Amino acid sequence: MKIEILGTGCAKCKALEAATKQAVAQSGMFAQIEKVEDIMKIMEYGVMSTPGLVIDGKVVSTGKLLTINEIKDLIQAH
Amino acid sequence: MWQESVNIIVYDWLKMPQGEKLSEALNFFIYDTVKILFLLIVIIFIVTLLRSYFSTEKVRVYLSKKHEYTGNVLAALFGIITPFCSCSAIPLFLGFLQARIPLGVTFSFLISAPLNNEIAIAMLFGIFGWKVTALYIGFGLLVAIVGGIIIGRLGLEKEVLIEVKPIEGEIHAENQVIAFKTRLIYAKEYTLDILRKIWLYVLIGVGVGAFIHGYVPTEFITSIAGGNNPFAVPLATLIGIPMYSNAAGVMPLIEVLTSKGMLLGTALSFMMAITALSLPEAMILKRVMSLKLIAIFFGTVTLGIMGVGYLFNAIL
Repeated sequence: MKIEILGTGCAKCKALEAATKQAVAQSGMFAQIEKVEDIMKIMEYGVMSTPGLVIDGKVVSTGKLLTINEIKDLIQAH
Repeated sequence: MWQESVNIIVYDWLKMPQGEKLSEALNFFIYDTVKILFLLIVIIFIVTLLRSYFSTEKVRVYLSKKHEYTGNVLAALFGIITPFCSCSAIPLFLGFLQARIPLGVTFSFLISAPLNNEIAIAMLFGIFGWKVTALYIGFGLLVAIVGGIIIGRLGLEKEVLIEVKPIEGEIHAENQVIAFKTRLIYAKEYTLDILRKIWLYVLIGVGVGAFIHGYVPTEFITSIAGGNNPFAVPLATLIGIPMYSNAAGVMPLIEVLTSKGMLLGTALSFMMAITALSLPEAMILKRVMSLKLIAIFFGTVTLGIMGVGYLFNAIL
């Protein structure tokens, strides 16, 4: 599984990255986490409100700082 | 009703003499702080909840099907209801161009969105009531529409520094299904988040306002910001530009200044300059726009805001 966090470096984006790491650790799954800061790459996902969360190439959330539990649910649902 | 409760607290419980400067200032401070904080909580909560139904992604799909002029008007209107933060100005700007939305229409949105931010609207409503709030939103929309049309007419597409690849084919927005309860929780958390950021500014703003209310003579304010000073509007606009993050603190001051003789048009210019133009946003936009485009953007909006101020002072 590959999880990407889309964000240009705002405070919320960093917080989402930290929460995602925690969520993955807690869920005990193996996932590759990547922070995407390149604006052109973010645009390719069609995301305009950052931070965005992408699981295996699919945008699952935009413009929100998710809680650890919400991220865990999204990972499970995937 | 609330004023009477404050009167009881100040005059009866604290036994402060009525009519004295210090007790009047304290009375004003308690009355205003509680009123403003209460309204801030209620309005920001409602606005955030409503906004959770509109996403910039959906607005983009809708606007990409519209032409200029209609697009300018709709973009300005959408600026009111879509959530916006200056940190997402770049993805938004590029995202609109990517969807082949004209530059002028994109700017109409970019002017309207920060102007109609939830804090400004909540503060305005709390302090000045619905009439001034409606005037502010109405004239703000006018500046956004006309400003966007002017920028669109100038043919500045080459001033965008990043080459934008238009999206091929149908543009779609990811549909996120969110339960109402979740929206309520988000709105609550967002409201608390905003409140944590601005409560101190509100207290300081009301505190300074209370001081002016009690101690600074009306003649002094009138001589600077009243009808006899033809430069009051441009002065207010220029002072307002660097104050972006302090909208919450400045609004209570404007309340006192208007009650002491500052004209409403001047006050409107001041408020619009605070919200619409922010230097941090200009710094962020520098990564995707030439300095020339940013200067034209700021120049157009500044002139528009001053125009609103003069127009308003002339009518009233």
